[in-house]
Amino acid sequence: MHVTVRLFARLRDIAGAGELRREVPGGATVSTVWSSLMAEFPDMSPYEKSISCAVNADYSRFTATVADGDEVAFLPPVSGG
Amino acid sequence: MGAGTAITTTPLDADALVRALDATGIGAVATFVGLVRDNNLGRKVLHLEYEAYEPLALRGLELIIAEVSEKWPAVRLAIHHRIGRMEIGEASVAIAAASPHRADAFAAARYAIERIKQIVPIWKHEYFEGGDVWIEGATADPDNVEAREKAMKAACT
Repeated sequence: MHVTVRLFARLRDIAGAGELRREVPGGATVSTVWSSLMAEFPDMSPYEKSISCAVNADYSRFTATVADGDEVAFLPPVSGG
Repeated sequence: MGAGTAITTTPLDADALVRALDATGIGAVATFVGLVRDNNLGRKVLHLEYEAYEPLALRGLELIIAEVSEKWPAVRLAIHHRIGRMEIGEASVAIAAASPHRADAFAAARYAIERIKQIVPIWKHEYFEGGDVWIEGATADPDNVEAREKAMKAACT
């Protein structure tokens, strides 16, 4: 199955794109998606402890399973205001 | 702009927020406007560029309004955040809180800006003399009770 990965701020810079389409195995969790992303972009590794995630534009957890067509977003620490 | 929440690329207008609240007869309105500062951590800032995960950022603003309603049922709140490029002195965020009494209006506005900095997926890219850097603040987690209590403490002391 496929998911759309959304990246922001520095993570977007590291990947060189804000949106990626990636194949993931059935039963994959947000954590699975993140791990394969880190393997692809090792510079993202320092964010492991500080990022948040969202599935389909709602805050989620790394243990959540993802479904085909889901939008999985990784959010570096926020700095609005 | 009649909406209580907005993520927008157009310049902010705090008066429009106050009008949107329709505070006639209510008693007090506190507004907070955050401006682009000309310095940060000893760096001379040239301009900022804000980026948002818009649908989730809007949900975050709605969540803050719901949290405020829970704590201060009589308060009406509006929050607009601008994104895109902003020059020094331009408004990046505007908050208006209307309440029958001033204490709750001030507290609700303060709580809202603290929560924006904690849970709303917006990022500022700082362009300063000699380089540029993404500013990274809080790990966004709306369910983090400690963060919420910290915002409440800032608002109520």
